Amino acid sequence: MLSFVAQRVVKGVIVLLAIVVLNFFLIRLAPGDPAVVMAGEAGASDQIFVKQLREKFGLDKPLPEQLFIYVKGVVTLDLGFSFRQQAPVSKLILERLPATLLLTLTAFAISLMLGVLFGSFAARFAGTFLDTGITVFALIFYAMPIFWVALMGILLFSVTFDWLPSFGYETVGANLTGLAHAVDVAKHLIMPAMTLGLFFMATYTRMTRASMLEVKRLDFVKTARAKGLSDAVIQRRHVLRNALLPVVTLAGVHSGTLIGGAVITETVFAWPGIGRLMYDALLQRDYNLLLGVFVICSAMVLIFNLITDLVYRLVDPRIEFAS
Amino acid sequence: MPKRVLLGVLLACGLTASALAQEPKTGGVINAVIQPEPPGLMLAMVQNGPVQMVSGNIFEGLLRYSPKLEPLPELAESWTVSEDAKTYTFKLKKGVTWHDGKPFTAADVLFSIEMLKQTHARARNNLVQVDKVEAPDDYTVVFTLKQPFGPFLGIFEVGSMPMVPKHLYDGTDWKTNPYNNAPVGTGPFMFKEWQKGSFIRMVKNPNYHEKGKPYLDEVYWQVIPDAAARSVAYETGKVDVLPGGSVENFDVPRLSKLKDTCVTGAGWEFFSPLAWLWLNNRQGPLADKRVRQAIMYAIDRDFAKDVIWNGLGKVATGPSASTIKYYTADVPKYPYDPAKAKALLKEAGYKGEKIRLLPLAYGETWQRWGEAVKQNLQDVGMTIETIATDVAGGNQKIGDWDYDIAFTYLYQYGDPALGVGRNYVSSAIAKGQVFNNVEGYSNPEIDKLFADGAVATPDSKRKEIYEKAQKILVEDVPVAWMLELQFPTIMRCKVKNLITTGIGVNDGFKDAWLDK
Repeated sequence: MLSFVAQRVVKGVIVLLAIVVLNFFLIRLAPGDPAVVMAGEAGASDQIFVKQLREKFGLDKPLPEQLFIYVKGVVTLDLGFSFRQQAPVSKLILERLPATLLLTLTAFAISLMLGVLFGSFAARFAGTFLDTGITVFALIFYAMPIFWVALMGILLFSVTFDWLPSFGYETVGANLTGLAHAVDVAKHLIMPAMTLGLFFMATYTRMTRASMLEVKRLDFVKTARAKGLSDAVIQRRHVLRNALLPVVTLAGVHSGTLIGGAVITETVFAWPGIGRLMYDALLQRDYNLLLGVFVICSAMVLIFNLITDLVYRLVDPRIEFAS
Repeated sequence: MPKRVLLGVLLACGLTASALAQEPKTGGVINAVIQPEPPGLMLAMVQNGPVQMVSGNIFEGLLRYSPKLEPLPELAESWTVSEDAKTYTFKLKKGVTWHDGKPFTAADVLFSIEMLKQTHARARNNLVQVDKVEAPDDYTVVFTLKQPFGPFLGIFEVGSMPMVPKHLYDGTDWKTNPYNNAPVGTGPFMFKEWQKGSFIRMVKNPNYHEKGKPYLDEVYWQVIPDAAARSVAYETGKVDVLPGGSVENFDVPRLSKLKDTCVTGAGWEFFSPLAWLWLNNRQGPLADKRVRQAIMYAIDRDFAKDVIWNGLGKVATGPSASTIKYYTADVPKYPYDPAKAKALLKEAGYKGEKIRLLPLAYGETWQRWGEAVKQNLQDVGMTIETIATDVAGGNQKIGDWDYDIAFTYLYQYGDPALGVGRNYVSSAIAKGQVFNNVEGYSNPEIDKLFADGAVATPDSKRKEIYEKAQKILVEDVPVAWMLELQFPTIMRCKVKNLITTGIGVNDGFKDAWLDK
């Protein structure tokens, strides 16, 4: 197993470097650069000003040299400096990481738990009213754009009922500590986490249902039934466990995108996370910051893919690691 | 009618004389919205809108300006101008300290000017006529000009020339100075905390040089990136102030009708934002003056004002906003007249060539305006292709002159020499730059008028020159002027004296108080 992991890590580093180089050029293909954006925002753009900004950002150097400087930095774990935000990129990302992880992990947990639960129920009671209800429910959240669900949630729970805060990570200026602070953050978390979670939940529900229905038809389930096992045990230990592999695969893919995947939710709910940092960096052409977020996101995808492969083994002991 | 309701609210709730007459109360916290999040707070290094808005509380300039743009004392308590209008002597206020307790002196002014010449494009341009700056003593600063410069007293507000603490910046690398993210100024509020992506917190400066001020204990600037979410934040009582431009214009009438809500259009006099369409004078049909005039006749600007901007603002008559010096309405007029537009297009030989229209990527209001203009131009037979892009992409295209028609709006800074001439003189044509003469208009007579206007004395002479320039420009239509924009500030009525100068919210909250 160790050699399997080592091999995957080496491959991962190579892939990561390839991603860095590709992203470096992709970003520069977009029209406009940080100097143009900042000169525009300052409402003044004489030649000296734009030239100064380009020098400051290192954009006056030839492209290969810029790439060399950047890759050299990444290899030594230095993601560069955001001149726009006047801070090191790694500091900016680390500042936002806790909020993003809190949001996306909560959403991920909600979606996975509810998704598998609803999917199992739908499969267990396939063809019944409950199955139709769950399927329609899942379809609705799968089909509705996240921003729409978010805005409707705000309208209902913040504006109409005034139950939940409409934006932010905590009540600004309340200076809460301890449990009171945790409750406050949780209140702020409910709507964004549900908005994000419901979308993914719908996917897991449908995936679990379809997979379980497929497994249910297989011979070993008949054997289990012939052995006189109870329906609940068959569903849980035989059908669900065997049906989970595709769900694990999907969850692996989703978990890799957790860091950067919440752009819309974070924007609508003013959640101070990395998704929004990335979106702002893109609009402002903050190259170093954008590349930094991409590097972290790519690394996360690679790490979670590796974890997914390891989890396969736990879920299905028949799978072996090829070295 | 939203327009009538809004007007009523403006009249009923604006900054009325009675509010000004009330005795200010001390204490309390104001939550205001800021968007987008400022990239930094060091005004001398970054000058975009949000930075000016937040940092105007931390930093100060030598002067501020009344709604009529008369200079008012700030860090300079008085000033004199020599008879030849070439020497300006400022007496600085004594007893002013930086937030770290060090005294503010003339040495700080001299240092700030040297720094700003390198870091602040607008300040550098404003100071181009300055021959030397001297400090005969700790509280006197003397500017000697190369020649008289009419708008000189208009360049000292905080956003145009913020004072920087010499003792914290001299001899350091300005770009990476740690005080860029924890700025130290002389202003009424001190920087306290910045939770990136969430809020910026400022607390009262207990040693502020204006006794008794500021009245508020704290100000929170809340970062809310989505326009709809900003509206909801106000609606649900989480924020007290929505500075101009914080919400989409179509939300303004609804929010204005909320209980205890006051709206004012004041506080933009110094900036006087004027919206227009850049018309690329260099190529294609738009190189013909008649086609440009046809565009002016073809666009229904009253519709834009009444429907898209909800009755806010004013139809522009030419290159100067009516709120800045030397404005004249005595220029050729372009009422909405599609028939005349069609006739002019026919006369110019326009045969349906494709025209690329670049809307401004500043949100829904601007997008809708782009669609309305496209419709107007198509109605008179023009073929319009809308080019969708984000702000950075748009700036790049405009700077590269890769457009036919493009939306913009620019500040005028109170004087034609500061904010108008730059868009029409041929010396300001330079590829790769966004906010100068990107339309490529070149007229030696206009060049001479703006060159003379900046240095002419007395004032009556300047007036004559600029009025003539306005007439020529309006006849030539180098760009298509649309509206004098008005960005209403929406706030709880308990917030008093929020806006007291022509610089508005950007001038800081030192006069603001809460009627609890």
